[in-house]
Amino acid sequence: MSSFDGFSSTPLEQRNNSVQQLVRLLFLTITLLLLIPAVATIVVLIVEGAPGLSLEFFLDKPRQNGAAGGIAPALVGTVWLTAGALLFALPLGVAAAIYLSEYAKDNWLTRAINVAIVNLAGVPSIVHALFGVGAFVHFMQFGKSILAASCTLAVMTLPVVIVATRESLQAVPKAFREACWNMGATRWQTIWKVVLPNSGSGILTGLILVVSRAVGETAPIMFTGAVFLRALYPSGVFDKTMALSLHLFNVSTQVNDVPRHVPFAVALTLIGVVLAMNAAAIALRMRLRGRKKW
Amino acid sequence: MAEHLAIEAQSLNLWYGTFQALFEVDLQVRAGIVTALIGPSGCGKSTFLRSCNRINERLGYVSTTGTIKVLGQDVYGEQVSAIQVRRHVGMVFQRPNPLPLSIRDNVLFGHRLHSGKRVNKADGDALVEEALRQVLLWDRVKDRLDHKATGLSLEEQQKLCIARLLPTKPSVLLMDEPCSALDPEATAAVEDLIWTLRGKYSILIVTHNMAQARRASDECVFMLMGRVVEHSATEEMFVAPKQQETADYIEGRFG
Repeated sequence: MSSFDGFSSTPLEQRNNSVQQLVRLLFLTITLLLLIPAVATIVVLIVEGAPGLSLEFFLDKPRQNGAAGGIAPALVGTVWLTAGALLFALPLGVAAAIYLSEYAKDNWLTRAINVAIVNLAGVPSIVHALFGVGAFVHFMQFGKSILAASCTLAVMTLPVVIVATRESLQAVPKAFREACWNMGATRWQTIWKVVLPNSGSGILTGLILVVSRAVGETAPIMFTGAVFLRALYPSGVFDKTMALSLHLFNVSTQVNDVPRHVPFAVALTLIGVVLAMNAAAIALRMRLRGRKKW
Repeated sequence: MAEHLAIEAQSLNLWYGTFQALFEVDLQVRAGIVTALIGPSGCGKSTFLRSCNRINERLGYVSTTGTIKVLGQDVYGEQVSAIQVRRHVGMVFQRPNPLPLSIRDNVLFGHRLHSGKRVNKADGDALVEEALRQVLLWDRVKDRLDHKATGLSLEEQQKLCIARLLPTKPSVLLMDEPCSALDPEATAAVEDLIWTLRGKYSILIVTHNMAQARRASDECVFMLMGRVVEHSATEEMFVAPKQQETADYIEGRFG
């Protein structure tokens, strides 16, 4: 005997439907609420900081401890520090990632190294700063300098470079490696000719992460190379330098009688630099992605 | 006698870790013909194929005893470089695996690896044309040699994968189910190609497809549980198999 009594919905189904609608609404609200801090930060920075921006602000040296004048030395210093961090972190990180992904056998040592890398990524930046003081400023005798600060930033960002690169190397299909090996290519020939050219997007991701962190971090550089005020552009890697992030800290908390718009203008510049770098790298990455097809 | 053999395995045993995949394999593959390797999944066909160019070693946990001679020389001998073995023993895979490079660069890839110097444009062009002509692909791709190889149809990709082996002048071509990712029409085209390469190269082809083994091979080897059960002329094996297991497999009673 059939129990068919039409296709109209039952009370149970209606209850299930209203629960599901409720859940959808709840989660949508939470997601929208999460947007508020992000949007609010940007809006406040623009509203409060924009009046402080001017050509003079970018090109001039700070006066009255940063309360007046511009941020040119800090801007230039940040570029030096970031470039230095990239110069160390990118080649070393990519080399380590290649070793871990392409050469290392899966044994206890490799696993230990991988765990160490993950843990290194979780070390607070102030601890990296202290390590940098000990290792680079004193032990390597770089003194408090751009070199020491760049090395500290590089150590701090190495794990993210390694992880991002390793993941993109592993995303290159195994079939390509097999094809190469079976034609008599060595591992290095395979890596150089096929694997690396196809993992550019991951290496770029590493680059973005290094840049964003190197530009923004304050703790690792304040003990190792960045100074409060130095109205000179760096002339070499052993110079000390100003940096945007530290300058922001100073004009917000350490200097009296700073016009209200100055810290906001510095913060806006800092965020602008990071966003511009990220946007450039993302655009480059999309172009690389568009080229590859498999 | 020996120079008429492309591959000669003598009491070859092979282990993946502690699992033994090949048992006392004795097999003589004659030069210049197409030999098909058939048998149910896991019988050791591919393992044997991958031993012939020593690519199994890449796994790191493979051990072997016995010998495999290719063109009379033991490939596991002390003075032998695996890279030179792979230059003379080409491999074609189940899924076409052209590299994400242009068609031209794919064809020249192996040659560049082994020639050690830059290939000048004219020599490169000649090699590319010769290789693509041999695989019956030249007329179809000659106007787009700088296009990505990964944009070709599967049939064209597989032919390209054969073509890229040819510039290093290999003697033996190993093919691991080269048609199983292809539709029937493409399969026929690749089989035709294999047949035209017969004579110039010694071809050892693993296949699951009985009809294909029957159509496109001179000799047939039936393997079961890591051992060679029967090796005879294809016609003979399909008409009058000597072993009961062979007959059962061919008639589709298992596998």
